[in-house]
Amino acid sequence: MKTMKLERNKRIKKLAVWTWTWVATMAIATFGPEFIWDNHSFLTPFAIVVNFANGILMILANRDLFNHFDELEKKIHLESIGITLGLAVIFGMSYSLLDTTNLIKHDAQISMLVMFIGLTYLTSILINSRRYQ
Amino acid sequence: MKNKIRELRTAGNMTQEDLAEIIGVSRQTINAIEKEKFDPSLPTAFKLSKLFKLPIDQIFFFDE
Repeated sequence: MKTMKLERNKRIKKLAVWTWTWVATMAIATFGPEFIWDNHSFLTPFAIVVNFANGILMILANRDLFNHFDELEKKIHLESIGITLGLAVIFGMSYSLLDTTNLIKHDAQISMLVMFIGLTYLTSILINSRRYQ
Repeated sequence: MKNKIRELRTAGNMTQEDLAEIIGVSRQTINAIEKEKFDPSLPTAFKLSKLFKLPIDQIFFFDE
């Protein structure tokens, strides 16, 4: 179990590093054009490409961690992913409808959907983990 | 599916953590199997069978 835990911690740290660098490169790509390099024609697309590549590496790190899960952990995560995907589609479409029918004053923001997905996944993991305790 | 993992584990003086380490799964998984909340995969069932030196059908019982 010690080797399993060590290996797990190594993968979690790797995922944490790629997640934080993805968030950092996202911030740079978002605010850089206005506050750092004054809409430079090369630096803006370059920052977006770097952020995208970082995102791919983050996904690979997440896959690495997932492949290290045992059968019950995989089941818990797969069920949570299924619930999250389903709710994200339903919530996303309803949210978009609220925007197109002008039932909400502001424009629909993709960041709202990202936050919804994150919170739904987290909640599903917690509920599913408790089910098997 | 019913099983006698807890009985066999305690007879062998093992903790859930010990058994989890030998089988290569988490302690939570062993706990869920013992509480019959989760049915293990075939490879895990074979590992348990080999460890306890018993055929699979003497460890797990299909409950219709």
